[in-house]
Amino acid sequence: MEQPPDTPRIGVDEWVASVEGKRERYTGPRGAVLKRWERLPPAARVLVFATPAAVFPFLTSGGNLFRYGLFTLVYALLALGLNIVVGFAGLLDLGYVAFFGCGAYMYAILASPQFGNHWQAEAAIPVVVVFTAVVGLLVGLPSRRLLGDYLAILTLFFGQAFVVFVNNANRISFPFVGHADLTGGANGIANIDPFNFFGYRIDSTSQQYYLLLIAVALVLILLMFVNESRTGRAWRALREDPLAAEVMSIPVNRLKLLAFVFGAAVAGLTGAIYGTIATAALPGDYDVGLLITVYAIMILGGFGSIMGIVVGAVIVSSVPELLRSSANARPLFYGAILLAILVKLRPWRLLAAELGGLVAFGFAIHGIASAAYPRLVDGESIGSGVSARALDHWMLFPKNPVKIADVAYILLVAAIVVYPQLSRVWRAVLLPPLLYLVMFVWENLLLVHIGGATRLILLGAMLVALMNIRPQGLFGTATVEIA
Amino acid sequence: MNWSLFFDLTVSGLTLGSLYALIALGYSLVYGILKLLNFAHGDVYMIGAFLGWYALHALGGPVNPTFTGAVVLFLMFVVAMLGCGVLGVAIERFAYRPLRNAPRIAPLISALGVSIFLQNSALLIFGAAFRDYDTFDLIGVKTYNIGQLFFSVPQLLTVVAAIGLMVALTLFVARSRLGKAMRSTSFDREAASMMGIDVDRVISVTFFIGSALAGAAGVMFALVFGQIYHFMGFIAGLKGFTAAVLGGIGSIPGAMVGGLIVGLAESYATGYLPQGSTFQNLYVFALLILVILIRPSGLFGKAAISKV
Repeated sequence: MEQPPDTPRIGVDEWVASVEGKRERYTGPRGAVLKRWERLPPAARVLVFATPAAVFPFLTSGGNLFRYGLFTLVYALLALGLNIVVGFAGLLDLGYVAFFGCGAYMYAILASPQFGNHWQAEAAIPVVVVFTAVVGLLVGLPSRRLLGDYLAILTLFFGQAFVVFVNNANRISFPFVGHADLTGGANGIANIDPFNFFGYRIDSTSQQYYLLLIAVALVLILLMFVNESRTGRAWRALREDPLAAEVMSIPVNRLKLLAFVFGAAVAGLTGAIYGTIATAALPGDYDVGLLITVYAIMILGGFGSIMGIVVGAVIVSSVPELLRSSANARPLFYGAILLAILVKLRPWRLLAAELGGLVAFGFAIHGIASAAYPRLVDGESIGSGVSARALDHWMLFPKNPVKIADVAYILLVAAIVVYPQLSRVWRAVLLPPLLYLVMFVWENLLLVHIGGATRLILLGAMLVALMNIRPQGLFGTATVEIA
Repeated sequence: MNWSLFFDLTVSGLTLGSLYALIALGYSLVYGILKLLNFAHGDVYMIGAFLGWYALHALGGPVNPTFTGAVVLFLMFVVAMLGCGVLGVAIERFAYRPLRNAPRIAPLISALGVSIFLQNSALLIFGAAFRDYDTFDLIGVKTYNIGQLFFSVPQLLTVVAAIGLMVALTLFVARSRLGKAMRSTSFDREAASMMGIDVDRVISVTFFIGSALAGAAGVMFALVFGQIYHFMGFIAGLKGFTAAVLGGIGSIPGAMVGGLIVGLAESYATGYLPQGSTFQNLYVFALLILVILIRPSGLFGKAAISKV
């Protein structure tokens, strides 16, 4: 937005005008797509996502449908619910996963051999949703007066409390009732019934998939309407500036509670569905790991952007699955690095020089090491095939990489922290060694632990990097701070 | 009443409380200046415990230390505090400074990312197994008593060292030039920078001090309880934050008192309340909710007046 430097930026109207004007300025093929997209009615937007999703089961095997399809939809539904609380209303709820767990456990209590209840789904689902909504209300009540950060820690504590509770609730003696094994303790509740709508059982993977798809589509449409409603606008006002919203006589506390309850209800619904898919409710499923995944989805998609969240769910649920095997992980990792370099390095002469430097640096190091310290090149890279064997002639693979790779990892973290502080020339000179170090750590340490810590390390690093580059998320719209 | 149980619980409560107070100070200092909740603080504490472990083993291990026990202990604290301090400064530089003018939620998410990153880096490098400090070999198993008040050397050391650090911090903030700069930055960052205070430097120093205190707390925890593991920072961080909120976040004496209250409450809950050893965290959580309901600004905090 161009404006004379000495006029203060008052009011949002100018900003609104600039955003409206942005639509006219879209150019090229990207602009054409964006223009079409913004003109589509909500139902059509949902169809754009639902159609490929509905065809997906016909194109793939049952195992893939379970691994990719079901989990993507569960994540999407969870993130949509979280989006109400965090994206719309701006309340940082870090205990959100506990509501998901509440839903799963409540459904398990109503429909499993644990208590001998076998409710029909059309009766159980409303009870579960109402129950989690009430829990959300109870958690929201003390939290409604809190500022963002206090709320975050209180809800985080609530999430932990939930895990502790379900882990140990088998040992509690209740007043009046006596001893009752409410949650099965660390073993959880097993053999949860499949959904049974009026006698129609939903127990195959593809039936569950379509049920989830319907749930996602319904919630999506509901959210689109809510987003445009009075309540949705009030939530956004609350998110942007709670004080200003209150001054405009928006009932802030009631809206906060409403967002909490709404989000909890969606999480409860998702929990009930997840319970039937997993056929068990286990305490470990509702811990911080899931919370981080759901947040990653929402942040990747952009706060408050409904469609961005669906895209985020597809990315976040499929990339870690692809990363499980080193055959897939390697091209993904190098592809990402190459892409980052291609985008960042201009002009192309510099790019060519850096890449050439990297290749030369690798051969030089490998040559020196094999002459002076043969121990450093005795090992082999993970995997087979021509590329892996070719890598053996360029990258160092120590016979026993554990200790040296640990040191290299710490060195790498330190180097990445220091690197942006350097001057341009030093950055250009040191880029090839830094990239070589990245690759060394990747090949010798991260790839070895690809099933465990690596994925979360990458996720954490991605969150920090994304916040640095685009604080509003991939599809979110930037907000202006008007001081 | 069983007095010996009461005294035991009091001693362990005071020990825990000193640890929580040290962690809470880090939260409080950073919050006071940046209004930022440093989620990664608990993980800095965990890294401190591991740095102490490495220092111990670099100095010959607990059984055959290179120097006498006291010197080794001192060096462990120095290594952990310096290492954590530098780590804290690096975290601020990398994850929080670029986001100073971003929407409020962005640095929180970034902090969450740092926390995941540190936790899993520790898992990657230290492994999932518990590490043992073997304090008994280093210091001995002797316990002392004053009447019925029995305590071990690490417990005494923790309480004394924590009090020492807190006194030093209070004096630093109240008397030194940098402390003055910290107070004025916390009061009004913009005005402070107009008065010629290098705000970035003050923030770096704050992170250094807070993280160093957390590192010291990590070593103390390991000395008292023996075992360390990569996930220990999470719950400790939560408790530390609870302590900071209880005392009134941003207030230094508040963090100390809050830490002691949380520690004692946890210890008494373990001993006296039904199923206390399992549900101690739930009881602390209930305490937190109670305080927030009655006095949202904490015991020592001032109620915030928001200006438009």
